[in-house]
Amino acid sequence: METVWRPNIKELARREMETRPVESGHRLCAGCGAGIVIRQIAMAARKPLVWLNATGCVEVATTIFPYSSWNIPWAHNAFENAAAVGSGVEAARNKLARVNRFSNDPDIDLDYDVVVVGGDGGTYDIGLQAISGAFERGHKLMYVLYDNEAYMNTGIQRSGGTPFGARTTTTPVGKVIKGKPLFKKPIVDIIVAHQIPYAATVSPAYWNDALIKFRKGLEADGPSFIHAFSTCPLGWGSNPEDTIKIMKLAVETCVFPLYEVVEGEYKLTGPSIAIAKNPAKKRPVEEYLKLQGRFRHMFKPGNEWMIEKFQEWVDKQWEMLLKKAGY
Amino acid sequence: MAVQKYGEQTVMALNGDEAVAWAVKQSNVDVVAAYPITPQTIIVERISEFVHNGEVDMEFIRVESEHSALSASWGASLAGARAFTATAANGLALMWEILYIVSSTRVPLVMAVVNRALSAPINIHNDHSDTMGARDSGWIQLYSEDAQEAYDNTIMAFKIAEEAMLPVMVTLDGFTISHTLQNVSVLPDEVVSNFVGERKIPRIKIPTIYGEKEVPFMLNPKYPITFGPLDLYDYYFEHKVQQNEAMKATPPIIEKVHKEYGEISGRSYEPVHMIPYKTEDADVVIIGLSSTMSVVRKVVDQLREEGKKVGAIRLRVFRPFPAEMLRKELSNFSTVGVLDRCISFGAEGGPLFLEIRSALYSSPSKPATVNYIYGLGGRELPPKLIAKAFNEILEVRAEPGTPIVKYLGVRE
Repeated sequence: METVWRPNIKELARREMETRPVESGHRLCAGCGAGIVIRQIAMAARKPLVWLNATGCVEVATTIFPYSSWNIPWAHNAFENAAAVGSGVEAARNKLARVNRFSNDPDIDLDYDVVVVGGDGGTYDIGLQAISGAFERGHKLMYVLYDNEAYMNTGIQRSGGTPFGARTTTTPVGKVIKGKPLFKKPIVDIIVAHQIPYAATVSPAYWNDALIKFRKGLEADGPSFIHAFSTCPLGWGSNPEDTIKIMKLAVETCVFPLYEVVEGEYKLTGPSIAIAKNPAKKRPVEEYLKLQGRFRHMFKPGNEWMIEKFQEWVDKQWEMLLKKAGY
Repeated sequence: MAVQKYGEQTVMALNGDEAVAWAVKQSNVDVVAAYPITPQTIIVERISEFVHNGEVDMEFIRVESEHSALSASWGASLAGARAFTATAANGLALMWEILYIVSSTRVPLVMAVVNRALSAPINIHNDHSDTMGARDSGWIQLYSEDAQEAYDNTIMAFKIAEEAMLPVMVTLDGFTISHTLQNVSVLPDEVVSNFVGERKIPRIKIPTIYGEKEVPFMLNPKYPITFGPLDLYDYYFEHKVQQNEAMKATPPIIEKVHKEYGEISGRSYEPVHMIPYKTEDADVVIIGLSSTMSVVRKVVDQLREEGKKVGAIRLRVFRPFPAEMLRKELSNFSTVGVLDRCISFGAEGGPLFLEIRSALYSSPSKPATVNYIYGLGGRELPPKLIAKAFNEILEVRAEPGTPIVKYLGVRE
């Protein structure tokens, strides 16, 4: 792994135009964060990729038969097992490469990295067991969670990744209960407990930080996990043109801090370092919440406590992270 | 000099599970992903020993569930490996979702299923409710009578699967076969290795910007293929029909592989799909699957001594269902007794019975049919009960209105 890689955006953009790993014309929504995430993964890779996808928005929107957006070998099996499929691919590649199985076949290349991609439903909830198994076994694969904080593909139902207060179709804003009464599951901490070599959070708005982390993940000596924040205009009730702004605000409010965990050591990255050094830079959560329809009810009279509770949770998570990162 | 040709085989005392493990060891398998479940566990234990003693070069993924076992095997196979898994009962039930995905993506996996009753109540002993529940999942199903056949079927399954581009389930009866020692003729390693060869990757035609090209059907950066796309009402139906056509095209492949295997082993199990016993002049026959049929044959011998014209047929291939062959085979008997070691709740009989009765509906002679559901949860089927069934079906034509579905060996 290189210690410092400074991505050259012009060079990367040119290479993307030449190789077109993910073709345009897919059916992801305007302003979808996941579309940015998948392109950044492809841009960060040095070796060819084999890509395993869980059921979800990315799968559905990029592979409507007879079309496919993928110039990367790509496979989708089911919702909860992408990490298990990745385990099988990795094991097969190891065995076949070890015995030079296809060395005489110029049409087959076994020198690739394995990337597994799933949404928050496929990662926090239904797929967690397969991920835990794959990480315990130490398969060399990068698992990327694109977290749009609900089951968006099935129509905005709450998941273990849905934040407090958010309106979803299974946590509606009712007369008694308003939005999701529970908080997000600390997925990165759960993954880090598996003692894998590399884990990180990524906000695609900070592309430089994101690309570096995707490359580190791909080239880690064992399993790696990237938690990528992914705005969903449809599910969040935000304007497509605000996608990047929201991704930035999530970091600036410490709703979604940027950090990496290398061999168990937490390190802040990007703007999160500046906020740690100068707490005055930390913006209030209202700035993040107010751009999204899913939190609109929290701004109504009588619901002020919800914003306060959200802020308290963010502050507490941030304090815990600062401690882990040595601040 | 046929005797010498087969003389190199080693007779080993193996139980059914060990026989399967030996077949896997010899069949150039690249990846095994499996999870332990009684009575399949001996398979994964033996394979683990082979791997840890360096006797075989394979990746063994000790997955955290059967769901992941089949998912990882699928990934391994798509990545170009020959892959194998094994399970039983609840494990197979947990795989149910992925069974369909494996067959529908035309991935040639081989899976041993050690037949065991499904929960609840939990029961570790033999019946066929697990694999019968998977009968519509698009897998070829080979039912083995004994440990020898479990060994032979496993080796043949790799060739059948890869030629048909469809997955194959090899079944053996839990405990009765899986845990019972038997003399098994084991072929020399190199003979099996040469027979199955290394996994060959089929080529498919794909459109490229330079025109159509034949490329390896696998996950491969040189020629990227999208596997498992979203497929809606405009294509899904045609794909399912194609899949069914592929399944219907497998009998000649199954027969060919058996013939080839017979040439190296002396065991070709002809006529492959079903094996008749003393049926030439029989009035009635009992048809069934797996280990029970060895007892049925003994009973046939006894009843023949009493002058009763009875016979037996053991079905070896349940999927694809050999309806046409069965129609020919069964039409001349007055009554056919069908043994089902499985119950289909709310249906008029067990799964094997329903298929056989349906096949016979278009037979001009339409033999009478009686279904015997037996052996659930490992309940024994002693010879005297089989004799009772034979004596009943000898009378069925004479007694119209006889119930067509009966239980054998249950307290009523």
